Amino acid sequence: MRYLPLTSEEKSAMLGAIGVAAVDDLFTAIPADIRFKGNWNLPAPMGEQPLLAHLKELARQNRPATSAPTFLGAGAYNHFIPSAVDQLISRSEFYTSYTPYQPEISQGTLQAIYEWQSYVCSLFNMEVANASMYDGASALAEAALMACRVTRKEEIVISNCVHPRWRQVARSYTENRGIGLQVSADHVAGRSEAASLEKLITAHTAAVVVQSPNFFGNVEDLKAIGELCRAKNVLFIVAVAEAASLGFLAPPGDFGADIVVGEGQSLGIPMSFGGPYVGMFATREKHMRQMPGRLCGRTVDKDGRPGFVLTLSAREQHIRREKATSNICSNQALCALTATIYLTLMGKQGFADTAKNCFYAAAELRRRMRPTHRHPFFNEILVELNQPAVEVNGRLAEQGIIGGYDVSRDYPDMKNKMLLAVTELTTKQDMDRLIEAGGA
Amino acid sequence: MAQQPGARGLVFNEPLIFEHGRKGRAGCDVPKSEFPEIDPATVAPPSMLRGPLEGLAEVSEPEAVRHFTRLSQWNYGVDSNFYPLGSCTMKYNPKVNEAAARMEGFAGLHPLQDASTTQGALRVMYDLEKMLCEVAGMDAASLQPAAGAQGEFAGLLLIRAYHKEKGNPRKKVIIPDSGHGTNPASAALCDYAAVTLPSGPDGLIDLALLEKEMDGDTAALMLTNPNTLGMFEKNIKKVCEIVHAKGGLVYGDGANLNAVMGKARFGDMGIDVCHMNLHKTFSTPHGGGGPGSGPVLAKKILEPYLPAPRVTLRDGVYGLDFNRPKSIGALNAFWGNFGVYLRAYAYVLTMGGSGLKEASETAVLNANYILAKLRGAYHVPYEGTCMHECVLSDKFQQEHHVSTLDIAKGLIDRGFHPPTIYFPLIVKGAMMIEPTETESMETMDTFIAAMKEIADVAKTDPESLAAAPVTAKVKRLDETQAARQPDLRYRR
Ligand SMILES: Cc1ncc(COP(=O)(O)O)c(C=O)c1O
Repeated sequence: MRYLPLTSEEKSAMLGAIGVAAVDDLFTAIPADIRFKGNWNLPAPMGEQPLLAHLKELARQNRPATSAPTFLGAGAYNHFIPSAVDQLISRSEFYTSYTPYQPEISQGTLQAIYEWQSYVCSLFNMEVANASMYDGASALAEAALMACRVTRKEEIVISNCVHPRWRQVARSYTENRGIGLQVSADHVAGRSEAASLEKLITAHTAAVVVQSPNFFGNVEDLKAIGELCRAKNVLFIVAVAEAASLGFLAPPGDFGADIVVGEGQSLGIPMSFGGPYVGMFATREKHMRQMPGRLCGRTVDKDGRPGFVLTLSAREQHIRREKATSNICSNQALCALTATIYLTLMGKQGFADTAKNCFYAAAELRRRMRPTHRHPFFNEILVELNQPAVEVNGRLAEQGIIGGYDVSRDYPDMKNKMLLAVTELTTKQDMDRLIEAGGA
Repeated sequence: MAQQPGARGLVFNEPLIFEHGRKGRAGCDVPKSEFPEIDPATVAPPSMLRGPLEGLAEVSEPEAVRHFTRLSQWNYGVDSNFYPLGSCTMKYNPKVNEAAARMEGFAGLHPLQDASTTQGALRVMYDLEKMLCEVAGMDAASLQPAAGAQGEFAGLLLIRAYHKEKGNPRKKVIIPDSGHGTNPASAALCDYAAVTLPSGPDGLIDLALLEKEMDGDTAALMLTNPNTLGMFEKNIKKVCEIVHAKGGLVYGDGANLNAVMGKARFGDMGIDVCHMNLHKTFSTPHGGGGPGSGPVLAKKILEPYLPAPRVTLRDGVYGLDFNRPKSIGALNAFWGNFGVYLRAYAYVLTMGGSGLKEASETAVLNANYILAKLRGAYHVPYEGTCMHECVLSDKFQQEHHVSTLDIAKGLIDRGFHPPTIYFPLIVKGAMMIEPTETESMETMDTFIAAMKEIADVAKTDPESLAAAPVTAKVKRLDETQAARQPDLRYRR
């Protein structure tokens, strides 16, 4: 077995040093009646060559969105990834290390986290950001819990234009704590109306949650909703499911958001059938000690040289146990590093230009299709069809085109509509083929 | 004595990325759009649009590459040298697994594609679930939890849903004091009171105490087996009986599964639900702190509550089933860390059943070898053989005012990653050493020699250990300043 270095001579020598006759003597603590003696139904070992052949065959049974014209978004997006990104995260000093518990030999990871936290703050225009959450959805759930901690209240008002699956995750995290989710019904309008959110706010409301651009691709009126939150003295949580939009739209921090969360997949991370991605989490300094997750801070060493450490860990499970702000331990560090490298390569201009290219493609798609709503947008559009989306998607699939998301799966009254996403990778030819083959 | 691996490498100073570059430099070239470049102001008011992107770097590709390469050189990974971080199973991360995760047929899949275009990916998930169930002796699994802690959360939610359906979700979860911090934190997240169970004098669960604590308000006992002292809970069957007798369920934290593959299975011990850490036992890389993957596995009675969707196989066709009325719901925007599943899948196929068993046997052999060699030089708080990790303490070194922290930093100067320190909490000055099965005898011998040398130096020159490390990029860092004056982001 190529991963196991010990020879049988070495094993004998080691057993001698331990003072036992056989390896089995080391397992005597396991009582006989629970020793596994059955027939283990696992395959025989496979060499690297047949394994790769097998994996290639399985990969061949998939039709990746990256090699087809694709219009699927709804929380995962097909963006361009510069080649240097994968080369750099493949440095095994990065990917074979663990959480930087020993800062002196983890400065690379730590400085990268500090840079990531800085980037997240800039993109969101917020004051502090953490090292990462599992993904955007769980980041949103943790934001809801944090809002309840900060305000000592137990209700969350959430727009139903927030990604349906993110709302489900928020429910899984809050339900058992007796935290109620009050869900608005703004989907027909396609945008969260301050008035409809206001109706749901009570004396128990901790926070209002919206997503922008929202699930339908429409940009929310964060100014109006932020003002509502301040008037009602509740926290304002904004979720961003498409991080590329941050190069185009004003950041949530501009509108007085108290907590901003996001999905960072668009920042250089492959779609990879849903994960691993990276949750972005930021807030105001005054709430810093209520944040979930790891935080990296800059300090100095004994000789006064700058260096980085994990800090404010009195919030965390390894110190506070059941009183911790979250149970999170391992996060998505390598994905945060990926996004940090991506943002560095794209830079100030490249990130903004990429976002504009997404927008130009969306504007053209909107011009050529029948958009359901007339709100400001970024790169996703809900369009009207003459038939159910499944049928149109079936026709597109026959032409090798991956169509959009069928929103009737989550909004049963939204029939004959499809959520289409474009990115800087969408070509004019893709769009022509969509419109031709879709025939809707 | 063999030469120790610690030496001075090529280490460069490297400022923050924000202190690099020049105005107008870029690390990418964005092509001109094929579409009409309409003015954004025609669709949105200026207040909704982004001004100049302050805070992003302006560097060329070579500068960016050099920056991150230099940062990587300040890091210590499994590929650098021995990484005996107890409870974390820092085994070798096979390279073929990385190749698998990068195949376009997998990495290029959108999670919402029609199942007819993702059959290979769904099969990986389906088969991996089956194989993990076989390893743990469980009936059903969901791969969705993103890490161990989320697996615990999922497992406790299953328990809660089960009790709730019986009419009463119950109020508390019992956790031995040797348990990991995520255990009580996960219990709290499910709105359970975490009740700490003091370990017996032998480091194991005290049956009499458990019997006393266990009542009709207790939803579950949450334990780790082998426990965090590296010891097998030999009364596990009795433990499960006590809990079951009062209608409670038993949760198994699978962090230490690397000790018992092919030797004993959670399901056979009476454990009802557990999680596994693919980033520990199944060789997927730790990534500097993640991503991991923490599949939750359960007995039949809990299957209806597993997170949705479930992967299904019907008439030879794989699919995702969202129609799970009793499910605890979603934990993740999609189906979890698929890229991690692929690596674990490649690992299980590579090892096969016989290889997994050999891995556990070797992991236990290695830990016992280190324990045998260091006994005497270091205090062993709980005697006897250990499983895949051994716990030592600084009791002898404390006589010379040398602490576990000093020993850890001394190891850094000798070219090793320190063990997990000050955990489990029930051992004062704990050092938890987990060598894993992928280390050679020579490597372990150099580590043992370094540990012994440190034990000697603790007597003759304790100040040198208080000053350690001196060969790393930085010396000991001022954590108090970091916490008192938090500097968590770059400011121009
Ligand atoms: C015993 C034990 N339980 C739970 C965890 C949590 O796992 P994760 O970091 O994957 O959330 C860990 C590890 O960090 C652990 O060692």
